[in-house]
Amino acid sequence: MLTERRTLLTGGAALAALPAIPMARAQANTLRIGVLTDISGTYRDPTGPGSVSCTEQAVAEFQGRGLNVEVLRADHQNRPDVGANIARQWFDQGVDAIVDVPTSSVALAINQIAREKNKVFLNSGAATSDLTGPACSPNTVHWTYDTYMLAKSTGGALTRSGGDSWFFITADYAFGHALQRDATSFIEAAGGRVAGSVRYPFPATTDFSSFMVQAQASRAKVLGLCNAGTDTLNTIKQAREFGLTSRMKIAGLLLSMAEVHTLGLDTAQGLVLTEPFYWNANDRTRAFTTRVRPRLSNGWPPTQIQAGCYAVTLHYLKAVADMGVAAAKASGTDAVARMKAMPTDDDAFGAGMIRPDGRKIHPTYLWEVKSPRESSGPWDYYKLAATTPAEEAFRPMAQGGCPLVRS
Amino acid sequence: MDEIFGIPAPLLFGQLLLGLINGAFYALLSLGLAVIFGMLNVINFTHGAQFMLGAFVAWMLLNWLGIGYWGALILAPLIVGAFGIILERLMIARLYKLDHLYGLLLTFGLGLIIEGLARNEFGSSGLPYRIPAELTGAWDLGFMFMPIYRGWVVIVAIVMCLATWLVIEKTKIGSYLRAATENPALVQAFGINVPRMMTLTYGAGVALAAFAGVLAAPIYSVNPQMGSNLIIIVFAVVVIGGMGSILGSVVTGFGLGVIEGLTKVFYPEASSTVIFVVMAIVLLARPAGLFGRA
Repeated sequence: MLTERRTLLTGGAALAALPAIPMARAQANTLRIGVLTDISGTYRDPTGPGSVSCTEQAVAEFQGRGLNVEVLRADHQNRPDVGANIARQWFDQGVDAIVDVPTSSVALAINQIAREKNKVFLNSGAATSDLTGPACSPNTVHWTYDTYMLAKSTGGALTRSGGDSWFFITADYAFGHALQRDATSFIEAAGGRVAGSVRYPFPATTDFSSFMVQAQASRAKVLGLCNAGTDTLNTIKQAREFGLTSRMKIAGLLLSMAEVHTLGLDTAQGLVLTEPFYWNANDRTRAFTTRVRPRLSNGWPPTQIQAGCYAVTLHYLKAVADMGVAAAKASGTDAVARMKAMPTDDDAFGAGMIRPDGRKIHPTYLWEVKSPRESSGPWDYYKLAATTPAEEAFRPMAQGGCPLVRS
Repeated sequence: MDEIFGIPAPLLFGQLLLGLINGAFYALLSLGLAVIFGMLNVINFTHGAQFMLGAFVAWMLLNWLGIGYWGALILAPLIVGAFGIILERLMIARLYKLDHLYGLLLTFGLGLIIEGLARNEFGSSGLPYRIPAELTGAWDLGFMFMPIYRGWVVIVAIVMCLATWLVIEKTKIGSYLRAATENPALVQAFGINVPRMMTLTYGAGVALAAFAGVLAAPIYSVNPQMGSNLIIIVFAVVVIGGMGSILGSVVTGFGLGVIEGLTKVFYPEASSTVIFVVMAIVLLARPAGLFGRA
């Protein structure tokens, strides 16, 4: 018996040791990408497991070009300390790039660590425009959107169409403040004014009725929402309940497909919002959606952030293939520099480029939510209201205060 | 126009009214907590998850079985209450003899598990649930728009609080319950099945949470974290009112709703903090809470 067990144990040990040898050899030319995202919190639906699936899609499409790529995933729980720990551990274990990272406070932490360790940070989910402003880094690419671009597109469009007085309901933290600040500058530049604003405690607020009455009393024409996710849902639901929608226009500055889906077209119809990617925008986005959808566990079409994870990973892989795996692994700065030097092109965002400050630029679209009658089927939610060309959609480099581009 | 502290008087009245409405939710939720703590000596941290389950069951009834709001108002509390009874029998009942802390840890863990399962199954952004057709629309009160549904919530909450208070203070069952809290051994000696009474009390407390969940479904988004957002405030309400005091939790629920509503006008940034400030002051002055027995 004893010998038997011992044989078994040695056998087991040998088995365990077996994959270690090819692993060690593979390390040298295997690229490791970690998707760091919100798997268990409020931002799970627009990011989360879908961001992982979209990253894997990019890797799958790149197969057969001599690259070994391994995709890892982790949940940062929307906490900078948790996110920073995972990132340090990953980078020390040979991860070359971190993808996604929704929640601005976490993203700012990862931005710093990637620079310190000379790795690559491919951001899709975080909104703060500081990532390509004062906090910009030669190791970071900011792909999908940012607070400046959202405020300019949605805020500018509503002000121009007659919404010249605004009342803001703002989540009381860095992201909400940045969004309100950026939106205010566009409103004032377009000749509008801010009639009032309230900052509510984040995240502990579910009832917005008091703010609805204050907004109504301000007699402003537009209700600007500087919040995200569930908070935005609750505000819109309650604005409708309090009859605000018949007197004011609602501007959800960070409103996306996940919220529209939850509200239902009945409630969401007529809202305007900004997204650079919508699955049903054109033939290329539809083709991408068809390819990736079987991978998405909730059955949704990809969201803009998830599509961003796909596109930024694809472009990173192209750059790596171009410069060689060894060189890309050796220096994150070099890999990002190569990404900036190459024009981008993918099915989700079309052709574009990455600026020296790390900002990816592409056209942005202002969408209006369809009424239930206009919608031809499930997930047919938007009609196009306006397009901002790539060069005008984002903050000009000179105004961002990015130390990399100061002459 | 008359102004009070620089705020037009009608606007202030509107805010007071809204404060009362929010207070109705606090009262209803803290009522269930107070009943459970008063009778079972368990600090039920699963309460938020059970509130959330109430809303989710309402959604399931509508989308899977075609049962609308009115049916859900009765069925959802029964279903979630039955689930509560199973939890009590299988797990919570084993902890009555131990320190409060064990019950707290168990129910806290259960709450996290239920919330996590719901998020895994339904995602994080929530599910749509509409205000029933009979209660849509709003009254124009002159100084503000008052949605009919909110008025309904206040009325139902007050009726429910009164009914619970009457059952516990004025009926025979209520007197058994109160006696069992004071001295379970003696009550058992009189031939009353105390463990079964405890189980049913827990079930009733949970059903109250689910009832509040159904009431909340049409106005707040139905999502897995809806309970955890509210539960901390509701605990503060129970502590301020006096742990286990029914009257205390109801009065405090409405009172804090109003205080919070006023804070939202004068300094909204502090609206979630103000409740804890009140809690600290009350605990310093009266450690047993406003209505608690020291």
